[in-house]
This record gives sequence, structure tokens and C-alpha cells, in this order.
Amino acid sequence: MNTESTTQPVIEARQLDLTFQTNDGPIHALKDVNLTIDKGDFVSFIGPSGCGKTTFLRCIAALETPTGGSLTVNGMTPDEARRNRAYGYVFQAAGLYPWRTIAKNIKLPLEIMGYSAAEQEERVRKVLELVDLDGFGGKFPWQLSGGMQQRASIARALAFDADILLMDEPFGALDEIVRDHLNEQLLALWARTEKTIGFVTHSIPEAVYLSTKIVVMSPRPGRITDVIDSPLPKERPLDIRDTPEFIEIAHRVRDGLRAGHSYDD
Amino acid sequence: MKQFFAVLTVLLAIVVLWYLAVGPMNIRTSLDQAERAGEAVTPEASRDRQQVSVWILMAQNSDHIIRGYDLDRPRLPTPVQVGEELWKTTGEMVIKGRPMSKRSLIYHGWITLQSTLWGFVLGTLVGILGAVAIVYSRVVDMSLMPWAIISQTVPIVALAPMIIVLSSQLGIEGRGVPKAIISAYLCYFPVLVGMVKGLRSPAVSQLDLLKTYNATGLQAFLKLRLPSSVPYLFTSLKVGIAAALVGTIVGELPTGAISGLGARILIGDQFGTPLAIWAALFAAAILAGVLVTLLDIVQRVTLRRMGMGA
Repeated sequence: MNTESTTQPVIEARQLDLTFQTNDGPIHALKDVNLTIDKGDFVSFIGPSGCGKTTFLRCIAALETPTGGSLTVNGMTPDEARRNRAYGYVFQAAGLYPWRTIAKNIKLPLEIMGYSAAEQEERVRKVLELVDLDGFGGKFPWQLSGGMQQRASIARALAFDADILLMDEPFGALDEIVRDHLNEQLLALWARTEKTIGFVTHSIPEAVYLSTKIVVMSPRPGRITDVIDSPLPKERPLDIRDTPEFIEIAHRVRDGLRAGHSYDD
Repeated sequence: MKQFFAVLTVLLAIVVLWYLAVGPMNIRTSLDQAERAGEAVTPEASRDRQQVSVWILMAQNSDHIIRGYDLDRPRLPTPVQVGEELWKTTGEMVIKGRPMSKRSLIYHGWITLQSTLWGFVLGTLVGILGAVAIVYSRVVDMSLMPWAIISQTVPIVALAPMIIVLSSQLGIEGRGVPKAIISAYLCYFPVLVGMVKGLRSPAVSQLDLLKTYNATGLQAFLKLRLPSSVPYLFTSLKVGIAAALVGTIVGELPTGAISGLGARILIGDQFGTPLAIWAALFAAAILAGVLVTLLDIVQRVTLRRMGMGA
């Protein structure tokens, strides 16, 4: 997949529409979503509940089917991309199997995809090291803290060669100290693996700290209100959050969120 | 230690209640015997005593109450009497070297146990396969589940003779097969319900995750649904094996069987030997307890090995 031309966007959405039919009538979850994500981008989706950020991520993963517009992933339809195992998905809940050790949990996608036993071992070792969990392979999930479990679930998504990583509020349930630490680690991991990352979050500082591109969304109907290309450098120590540039972007995100919300009142 | 006392207190309460009940339950029989032995009782005639409540009889013949605790054919035997009878028909038979004699509860228990285990295996298989079909097919869910529920509302006592008649019509020799079927009939239901719940227990996000791996349905079943259902399965199996034992005993009751714990209960009733009935009842209860305990141990070991031990 690295041989593909660099000009082709990894994810491209044009006039994307998604309406859910529910008992309470139709819900317009996504309306006229246009977005281009290039290789190596770290894109955050931020917005209040119901703005369609998770839904959009699920569309990319072919877990939802859009009702209008076009969406391509690696130049394919999302479903083709899914069948080609183009992405790893990290859910808000770590969702590790309690009956499998951490190593066996990471092997789950590898078993399903038919990697050889030796290859599985090698990859588990590699990704455990990548998420800083070496030595924990033999532990069961309940023996690990929430943050470590989520790291294991990221390792599981990294174990196979998907060049896209989709993360749906992966640190949403963790406390702020753990979260800061994981954000730092995630940036380091992104720099090392050069993956394209789609990241759904509620937190403005998290979005600004992590992203090269921040997509601000608003609800009813779910739509994009602002796309911010971050001017921050790739190297980001935690104290970058005190710089004027950082605060300025955070402001712009907050303004975008507020503009979206004014429709409600 | 606190738990130990709680367990002991309940046990003690049961024994005390039991002993207290023996007096009123046996007072009439005691007075009949006393009368026959020429002792003074009030009222003197057996027919008159039928009109008087047991409480008054006990008040008027307080020195005969004690007789009720040592009758040959008591309406309610004491725990000690039941224990003696149990020992006579089990341990003592072993010492005599005839554990498999027709008078031994070990022999009858073994007959019942065999049918129970066959019924348990059959019921568990039917339950698991039914659950898989129900979970994977909405049509089966809607067409099979109501019948599964209805099947459990039919009294098994009414159904058991029919199954036995039917199986002999089909030329099946002996009672082993029909008894196992009756037993399976009671056993499959808890397994079915538990497994349906267990196979459906994975969260939507767990199933979504497998979808992102492009896993096949079989892989999802083997790697997610089946392991998720194991804790549910064991809970159901424990209910199921107790139900299977009840099914077997019921299958032995109305059918003129001559061996098995159910047959012992029936024969004890027909020949007026309550001690035999009570001993058989206790043997059945002990057997059920042992079977459930064994399954509990297997459950603990399995879940611990799976990393899900509590």
C-alpha cells in the first residue's frame, strides 16, 4: 500500500449524507459532509453528542452505510476497504476478551487473518513494545489498569498492517492524568508508524494537541462547521499547550462549537 | 467463621423443626399402637380419635408422644431413623459385600444416575443446538421458542407414561431410553435459555470489532460468542442436571419400574414402608447435591483457566 501515489487522498467524502430511520421519524445524522484526509494526517473530529462524529468514523469503517454522496477509503468503497483490512478500529471500551491474555487478545485479529504462529509472536512482541506494554503479554485484562487496557486495545488495532487507525473516543473513560500520558504516547506512536489517524473526541485540548487537522462538527443535522489545519509543529511536548498558537487554535475550535450550538437555542 | 455459624444455625433450625413436627405427625399412629398394647389412651376408641385434632390428642396423651419418635412405620420418621435406614441400605450393604443387591440404594441410585446422565447429555446437546439455531435465525427464534416454553408448561407426570408407551410401541426395549428422554425433556430447557442469553451476551462493539477484521460468521461464533457463553452455560448446566435427575425419578414413578430411586419411592408407598421412601428421597437429594457440586468444581476450574475466575 505504500507504493500508492501520494497524491491520492486516503479518505475522501463528497456530499456525504446519512439518515437513520427510527420509530420517532428520520434522524439526519450526517448532511453534506465534504472532507479529504491525506496520508499521514492526524485528524480529530470534535463536537457535541449527536453531531455525527462517531457516525462518520463508522461510515469510514463500513459499520454504517451512507444514504447519499460518495465516500472512498484508499480509493475503494469503505466495504472493500474493510474487506481488505485497511484500518484498525479502537472503540471507547477497550473490549478485550476477558478469557484471553493480553498477548492472545492482540493475536485475535492475526488468527482471524491467518498469520502464522511465528509471525503472530513476532508482531505481538513488536506492538506491545510500541504501546509500552512489554512484559504484560501474559497478564489477563482484569490485571491491568484502564489506561493499560486501552493501550492493549490500540496494540491490537496496530498488530496487522492497516495504514489507517480509527479511534472512537479511546481515552474518553480515562482520567486526565492518564489521558495526557496516553496522548503523548499516541503522538510518538503516530510519528513512528506514519499511520493516518481518525480520532473522535469531546476534548478541545486533546483535539488541538494531537491533530494536524481538526474537524469541528455540530448536530441536527450532523455536519462539518469548520476544518482547521493546525500550524503546530510535529514535535509536540505537553507544554506546547501553553503557547499562544495552541491557545489560538483552541479558541477557534471553541468558537466553531459555539456557532454550531446557537441553532439549538 | 461467621459463615460457618450461619450455615450451622440454618441446619440446626431445620433439624429442630423436623423433630418438633414428628410428634404431631405421628401421634395418631402412636396412640393406635398404645391402644393395641393395652395402655390407657383418651379417647379410647380409634374412631373417636379421628374426630379430635392432633393438638388435643397430644395434650391429653402427653406421655405417649415419645412413642412417635420410635415407630416402625412412622408417618414422619426422625432424622436419626432416616439416617439409620440410609446406612442400612448403603454402607451396611457394602460391608456385607452386596452393594449391588436389589435392596441396596447404591444399586437403585446407579440405575437412576445412568438415566440422569444420558438425559443430561441429550438435553444439553438439544439445548445448545437449539440455542445456536435461535440466535442465528430469527425465523427459528420465532417459531421454536414458543414451543420450548409451552413444552415446560405440560406436567411431566402426565407426559412420562405417554413417552414410555410410545417408546415401547416403537419397539425400544427396556426403560433406559424413555427415562433418558423424559429426563432430557426437563433438562434441555434451562440449557437452551441460558445458552441463548450467553450467545447473545457479546456487546455490539465486540461484534463490530470482528466485522472490522472481516471475520467470518464461524470465526465470530468460535472466538467470541462461544467463549462468552461459557459462564452462562455452567449456570444452566447446574440447573439442568438437577432437572434431569427429577425427570428420571418422575420417569421411574408411574411406569411400574422396579429399579431406580423413583421406583423405590413408589414401592415404599405401595408397601407402606415410609422409611424406604424417605431414604430414597434423601439418596436422590444427596445424588443431586453431588452432581451439582461436581459441575460447580468443573465450572470454577474452567473459568479460572479461562482467566474469568472470580
